[in-house]
Amino acid sequence: MWKDKAMRLLMVSAASTSICLVVLIFFFLARESAPFIVKPGLGALFDTQWIPVSFIKERFGLLPLITGSALVTGLSMLFTIPLSVLGAIYIAEIASPVEREFLKPFIELLASIPSVVLGFFGLMVLAPLIKHFFGLGTGLTALTGAFLLTLMAIPTVITLSEDAINSVPRAYKDASQALGASDLQTIFQVIIPAALPGIIAAIMLGTGRVIGETMAVLMVTGNSALMTWSPLAPVRTMTATIAAEMGEVSFGSIHYHSLFWIGLVLLAVTFILNIIAQRVLVRYGMMK
Amino acid sequence: MVETSLFPADTDHVITTRQVNFFYGAVQALFDITMDIPGRRVTAFIGPSGCGKSTFLRIFNRMNDTIAGTRLEGEVLINGEDIYQKSNNVVHLRRKVGMVFQKSNPFPKSIFDNVAYGPRIHGIKDKQQLAGIVEQSLMRSALWDEVKDRLETNALGLSGGQQQRLCIARALAVGPEILLMDEPASALDPKSTIRIEDLIGELRNDYTIVIVTHNMQQAARISDYTAFFYEGRLVEFNATKKIFTKPREKQTEDYITGRFG
Ligand SMILES: Nc1ncnc2c1ncn2[C@@H]1O[C@H](COP(=O)(O)OP(=O)(O)OP(=O)(O)O)[C@@H](O)[C@H]1O
Ligand SMILES: [Mg+2]
Repeated sequence: MWKDKAMRLLMVSAASTSICLVVLIFFFLARESAPFIVKPGLGALFDTQWIPVSFIKERFGLLPLITGSALVTGLSMLFTIPLSVLGAIYIAEIASPVEREFLKPFIELLASIPSVVLGFFGLMVLAPLIKHFFGLGTGLTALTGAFLLTLMAIPTVITLSEDAINSVPRAYKDASQALGASDLQTIFQVIIPAALPGIIAAIMLGTGRVIGETMAVLMVTGNSALMTWSPLAPVRTMTATIAAEMGEVSFGSIHYHSLFWIGLVLLAVTFILNIIAQRVLVRYGMMK
Repeated sequence: MVETSLFPADTDHVITTRQVNFFYGAVQALFDITMDIPGRRVTAFIGPSGCGKSTFLRIFNRMNDTIAGTRLEGEVLINGEDIYQKSNNVVHLRRKVGMVFQKSNPFPKSIFDNVAYGPRIHGIKDKQQLAGIVEQSLMRSALWDEVKDRLETNALGLSGGQQQRLCIARALAVGPEILLMDEPASALDPKSTIRIEDLIGELRNDYTIVIVTHNMQQAARISDYTAFFYEGRLVEFNATKKIFTKPREKQTEDYITGRFG
């Protein structure tokens, strides 16, 4: 009897570990970021400049970092969404079995490349190309980061979109074809609308991955915390800032606490994206 | 062959097959089927599971083409036109030959959009014209009164029987001459089944209907002609009355009296 109970307890605690971890992480972030509220005050976060180390005046504005992340993420999704959705349609609906067998391993391989290796590729290949193509002083730009992030997001978004397309009942396709619809009409007027909730969820999860990515953007976006909306300017993202500065910051300083605010903002954004994705999936009955 | 004397003199043979063999990859599913299906009549296909009824039915609108590795030998003529000629247009064929499936399969769209789907893909954009077609088709499928106040609601909210009548309306909306029905009532309750049968009775004067059914009483009730298939071959084809009272073949008799199947 006690064995059953112990087993049960073990399983419950295993299952609740992830919940506990999320709560723990949140409390940790909250605790480490709290002192900032007292000094210099929350208003400092809305500054348009991020100059955490300075002899004149330190500034802790998150805005350039948020716009940096938004710019890189937005650009990346601009490439990722059409490429992935069209790719998923091709793999699920148009490709022959032979082509599918050929394409899928490549996509899985792309997913398994460590981001630091991709960053290396970006640094050595992509950045020089962009520099020469646009005639820039440096190839380390928001666009460079966006291209790399696109490579990272594509496998996730393609695979999940493909699942969504494959889960559209075969009967819809039969009905459409029997009415004389062409393959393209069937795809765009029946299959895609039916798979749309799953595709949207895939895009949300892909966006979450892109926002959270650190290593590659740290390597190729130029790390300049200036507020800009230009794709060809160097930028700095929230994740890159934490990664670059956490090692050197003096423990307990204002700078230290401000880095945790970046973490909080990141957590909130990815949390919201995940919730939207879940909502969409549940609402349309694609997930229990 | 007795077929030539089978139909009254004024009947057209709308579908004609000549020595049709059909293969799924290397596996032959249909053997040497030669048959004339009369226009503006109801023809029922009966036979034990796996004997090829659905396969044969799907030849008439080339739905088997969507399955990889299938192959057809012989000739299939509709209104005298060889539908498997390279020059024959599948889109055109499927407008003429509608299909209703065993499991009702409305799109996850509104009732209106389901019925308007066919006309729209064939290029009709005029709102008024579409509304007219939708109303007419739903009237013909005896669903109009039940749904006229909720055309914009999702079709998946209808009952199973209503969904199947919606699928019939959707098929009628592109203006077919022939309706292929593959066990259209087998997933429905008795009451909904009766409604579908009544509907077939009403459509019989205007359409050539070919229906697959496992239900002997249904075949006897609704069809003018019945074809019995066994192991990929057409065993017997005759007026329904004849088949059910005085079958020529022993196999047919055994099947309709329930000795196998
Ligand atoms: N997609 C397919 N691929 C390979 N073989 C198939 C396929 N569809 C049907 N067959 C085979 O062809 C034969 C005829 O099948 P078909 O579905 O036409 O029979 P049926 O008379 O409609 O049966 P049922 O009454 O069960 O619907 C069967 O042996 C079946 O296994
Ligand atoms: Mg069948």
